[in-house]
Amino acid sequence: MFSKPSPARVLSRPLPEPRWRPGLTAQPFHSEVFAPANEASGAGLALALARDALAASGEGEDARQVLWVQDRAAIRKGGRPCLAGLPPDLAHRLIHVAAATPEDALFALEEGLKCRDLACVIGEIAGNPRALSFTASRRLSLTAEKHGVRLWVVRLDAAPDLSSARMRWQARAAPSAPGRWDAAAPGPATWHAELFRARAHAPGQWSLSDDAGTLRLASEPDLDTAPDLVHLARPTVGRSLAARVHA
Amino acid sequence: MSIWLARLSVDRWRRASTPEADSAPTALILETAHGPRITATNAAGLAAGARAGMLLADARALCPDLVAIPADPAGDLAALEKLALWAQRWGPWSALDPPDGLLVDVTGAAHLFGGEARLLKDVAAAFTQRSLTARAALAPTAGAAWALSHYGRGAAILAPEDDPLRLLADLPVAALRLDDDVLTALRRLGIKRLGELAGVSGAGEDDIAREAAARDALRRRFRNRHSPAANPLLRLDQLLGRVPEPLLPVIARPVPLVQRRLMEPLRHRDLLDRVVADLAADMVRALEARGEGARRLELALWRVDGEVLTRRIELAAASREAAHITRLFAQRLDDVDAGFGIEMVQLRASWSEPLHLDQADLDAAAEDHGTALAACIDRLSVRLGPRAVTRPVPRASHIPERAQGWQPPLAAVPPAQAALAFHTRPLKLLDRPEPIAVLHAAPDGVPQRFRWRGEVREVTRAQGPERIAPEWWRERSSTRLRDYYRIEDAAGRRYWIYRQGLIGDGRGGVPEWFLQGLYA
Repeated sequence: MFSKPSPARVLSRPLPEPRWRPGLTAQPFHSEVFAPANEASGAGLALALARDALAASGEGEDARQVLWVQDRAAIRKGGRPCLAGLPPDLAHRLIHVAAATPEDALFALEEGLKCRDLACVIGEIAGNPRALSFTASRRLSLTAEKHGVRLWVVRLDAAPDLSSARMRWQARAAPSAPGRWDAAAPGPATWHAELFRARAHAPGQWSLSDDAGTLRLASEPDLDTAPDLVHLARPTVGRSLAARVHA
Repeated sequence: MSIWLARLSVDRWRRASTPEADSAPTALILETAHGPRITATNAAGLAAGARAGMLLADARALCPDLVAIPADPAGDLAALEKLALWAQRWGPWSALDPPDGLLVDVTGAAHLFGGEARLLKDVAAAFTQRSLTARAALAPTAGAAWALSHYGRGAAILAPEDDPLRLLADLPVAALRLDDDVLTALRRLGIKRLGELAGVSGAGEDDIAREAAARDALRRRFRNRHSPAANPLLRLDQLLGRVPEPLLPVIARPVPLVQRRLMEPLRHRDLLDRVVADLAADMVRALEARGEGARRLELALWRVDGEVLTRRIELAAASREAAHITRLFAQRLDDVDAGFGIEMVQLRASWSEPLHLDQADLDAAAEDHGTALAACIDRLSVRLGPRAVTRPVPRASHIPERAQGWQPPLAAVPPAQAALAFHTRPLKLLDRPEPIAVLHAAPDGVPQRFRWRGEVREVTRAQGPERIAPEWWRERSSTRLRDYYRIEDAAGRRYWIYRQGLIGDGRGGVPEWFLQGLYA
């Protein structure tokens, strides 16, 4: 009886690049995006990262469904996805789950990760519920890596507590570039994204924008916000439990 | 044999209501283009003067305290279907005769009941016991039996050796199952009885040539009527058995059902799980034999004290997987109170759809591949409820909150016109637009500073207005229009806000501002 290596292991074989950039093929299976609840930057960045990862994995025309799970607090604070505003290649294949509690949302996320017919799973959970503990996030990570379905969890108005997500982003909206035709109009979606924990990449800050469906760097990162050793060595929250105990 | 349930709808209503309700004059009504019209009345209503076909207003003029109850034609038809199946106790097959009749083929079956008269007596007793008014008649052809049951007097048995024309000559032409306009035409021609139609020349049997000519004239009068219900001569030939009359029999289609009677009453959950797993395996075999998959499954648990607990699951796609069914039921059995024990467990698939047999997955690593989409959605909807798992679909509307509907995820998406691509819509819509306080607005009406959720924001960029007029075909005339703006504040947050109404549009006071959507 042979056992197939899990997709996570197959895909993450190429050597990781030290600095993250859009369009990398080796993307982790479980990411978290922390964002304020009164803007859609978290969901926007999660969607952009998801589409970036799906495009980079090079599967061409993808007809699989996308599961979008929200708990009740997230719906109340940030609203539901709007069909006309979704990227056109996702709009017709979105399945929405409105969970009443964070426990139900976690159950839906895990069931979605176990499903082979899903392209990716996006979750939105507000605050720091007790159910979303380190154990729960570890469960999600292992399930995602076992079944090879990518997961982005958007944490609205949440403090970055312990989690086993392989990449953790802090996102907020940034002033957009002037529109091409109307300089007074809001331009393409732009975010200020800070990668504060990742296994394969060094932490850093980026200004990302959604350029007609492709994730791009809005501007080159300036040297002031580039990571330095002091920043790296800081035993911040969200690292391992041991680091917190020693600190 | 033809059975006429003369008062089926009233009888059904009476069985569902109380005797004192029946003593009041009551009419069953149906909404028509000209107002409510009476379809049937009870005995008290008939005595008060209400007749079927009257407008309710006319009947109320005769009897002011007439009670009106909505009629239920679909329920009547369903009851008639069940009665048709039940009536197969008297003959090998039966057919519906909508709206209120049954036809049963009792050829060669009457001796089992001790003769034809005893058979009719048995039918009358059976229907009386169920408090249904019924008239039954036996004849060699379906048409003759129908005529006798509806319009016959006295003996309702027409033996094969009898001459149907002689015995049925007195019946009105309505006994031929004709449409109303044909009856009107026949009345204008002066033909009122079956005998007159058969011997239309009035010359009797001696003048065959004249009779044939008169019949030919009648045939030419109805030459372009091919449906039997519109052609009296065709109906007459069917009644006399000269042309065949095919009938569509009713065939019972039992739902797949499996059950287990238990020697010892169950009181523990793990044993119940075992029984449910066994039943699921049995059900899968039963479904496989029919080439079907279950869409809805009902589990009934009989307790020792006579209580019946039911649990029902619905599946997103037809399924025939025992493990999947067992797992879905396991979540619904948590709140079962076994009491003194459960002595019988029954599983029935009340809704099933064709599902072809397919090759079992021979790959040993099948479990690593994860679940199918339908199974995933079933698990989600069983735990979270069927309305929690949905798919957004476009709807024909310009109002943003109405332009999007939610439907079950695996249902077919209805076709829709493509949206206009030059509008940029927000990524997320709030369930309910939240009011914002505009603190300062530019002269052209664009807000410069506003407060939302307790925070004051400076608008740096704005685009608009995009005017969306109210849908006058759906809403009241006092609904105000909306002017939508896309704005970006100093921190880069992008919102979709709108002003409801204009100053001086005569539909309210100062227009209010709302925030409806969040851009990515």
